[in-house]
Amino acid sequence: MIRDITLGQYYQADSVIHRLDPRVKLVATIGFIISLFVVDSWVGYVVAALFLVCMIKLSKVPFRYMVKGMRAIVFILLITVVFNLFLTPGEPLVSVWKLTITKEGMRTAVMMAVRLSFLIVGSSLMTLTTTPNSLTDGMEKLMKPLKYVKVPVHEIAMMMSIALRFIPILLEETDKIMKAQIARGADFESGNLIKKAKAMVPLLVPLFISAFRRANDLAMAMEARCYRGGEHRTKMKPLCYHGADRIAYGVLLVYFAGCVAIRIML
Amino acid sequence: MGIIKTDKLTFEYIRRDEEGNVEGITRAVDEVDLDVKQGDFIAILGHNGSGKSTLAKHINAILYPTEGTVWVDGMNTQDEAHLWDIRQEAGMVFQNPDNQIIGQVVEEDVGFGPENMGVPTKEIWERVEESLKAVGMYEFRKHSPNKLSGGQKQRVSIAGVIAMHPKCIILDEPTAMLDPNGRKEVIRAVRALNDVEGITVVLITHYMEEIIHADQVFVMDRGHIAMEGTPREIFSRVDELKELRLDVPQVTLLAHELREKGVNLPEGILTIEEFVEALNGCQSF
Repeated sequence: MIRDITLGQYYQADSVIHRLDPRVKLVATIGFIISLFVVDSWVGYVVAALFLVCMIKLSKVPFRYMVKGMRAIVFILLITVVFNLFLTPGEPLVSVWKLTITKEGMRTAVMMAVRLSFLIVGSSLMTLTTTPNSLTDGMEKLMKPLKYVKVPVHEIAMMMSIALRFIPILLEETDKIMKAQIARGADFESGNLIKKAKAMVPLLVPLFISAFRRANDLAMAMEARCYRGGEHRTKMKPLCYHGADRIAYGVLLVYFAGCVAIRIML
Repeated sequence: MGIIKTDKLTFEYIRRDEEGNVEGITRAVDEVDLDVKQGDFIAILGHNGSGKSTLAKHINAILYPTEGTVWVDGMNTQDEAHLWDIRQEAGMVFQNPDNQIIGQVVEEDVGFGPENMGVPTKEIWERVEESLKAVGMYEFRKHSPNKLSGGQKQRVSIAGVIAMHPKCIILDEPTAMLDPNGRKEVIRAVRALNDVEGITVVLITHYMEEIIHADQVFVMDRGHIAMEGTPREIFSRVDELKELRLDVPQVTLLAHELREKGVNLPEGILTIEEFVEALNGCQSF
């Protein structure tokens, strides 16, 4: 169950989306997220959904991979829906005891659910089609201006890419520790929420210790391979825009302009 | 002077309590003198806690000696100006393959070292290709390291070091976490590097089978070098090795026991083939 989280995992395929410059994908993802909050009508969501479906089709990543990533946030999604459903003031539809579902509440709840799931699918599309290394390269290059205000851009980018690289390893380790604990009679399944949370403690402690040990080993291995920060570093895969990237920017611009137009017109 | 030379190398780990007072001092390496010639295959043996990993980390300038000196290719490791040259010339492969692979794709990981050294892009690609071919992992260049077996991951780590064009490679128990097949794969790759590319190899291990092809073997015990010689010389001293809590290859042990029981066999038999030959020699008498 714990391995189902796909957020931050690269899916190997040869597609237009995979080959795009990571900067385009980053900008596009941010643009897409903003567009989700720009539009507030059903037409807008249909456009966003179409855009997303086209991108998924182009990326050749099986749709179930995206859905798998969704499972991790079902809980957050439910909370958002419930809160919006019951706590939005407006014209009451159904009223049970002290809880009232309003027409406006229904509308915002559904919209928030759609927004959140699009947001997750959109960002997992980016991480599924971009290797963490090129993602960080893209981020580093996009944020380069921040270097002049003393933001350690390269270091942040490196930390992120390492964190992403270790997600599957640490997940596997969690699974292993969990099984070892279950074999010795630990119970992660039954009991209420507090009991379950308490049962996680003997899982988290060894996980943290091992993560620190790994960090220590990795730092040593990086230093042994002459890593000394971003200075004097060259790139194996330097970023430069190609024709496809310019077209992608064009498509993004048209989509975004469309979203803004829908917002203004409707 | 050889490529790696140590003179009375001593290293102490200082244990401190929570207030920072010294609780105790452990001498991990104690007055070790080494001299390794360019192109040699050196093996360092020892059981856990014998100081062999600590010694290895000195060669790559990850640790600095408490006393004594280490030279790599004539450069003192304590000289800050040469730090990066030393790390480039003496590459290091560690025990756990998962904890030394930085890239998410095999080729990106192999390129990490040259990137750090500031090698131009075109040359990085050439280096990545040639080093992946040298360890036989070229067809896996686009794979994610997480999907590889332990032996394959370790060969990628070795490729990552070769891509930096080192003069010597130090392998710190590279096979300790691998299954027998993975061990064979890695040792084969390491031997090829030594034979074909002429890279000096320092192999640290506690598996006896891996050292039979070494030019010279050092056995460490409690920070000292306890024994020194060719594999044949070392293996003919079975009783001493047992005292140092090291296992002798089964064939060598069998030959040794037979010899003690009066069978006319030479000392220091290393492989099954040699053993069979020696036995045939016995029968003809």
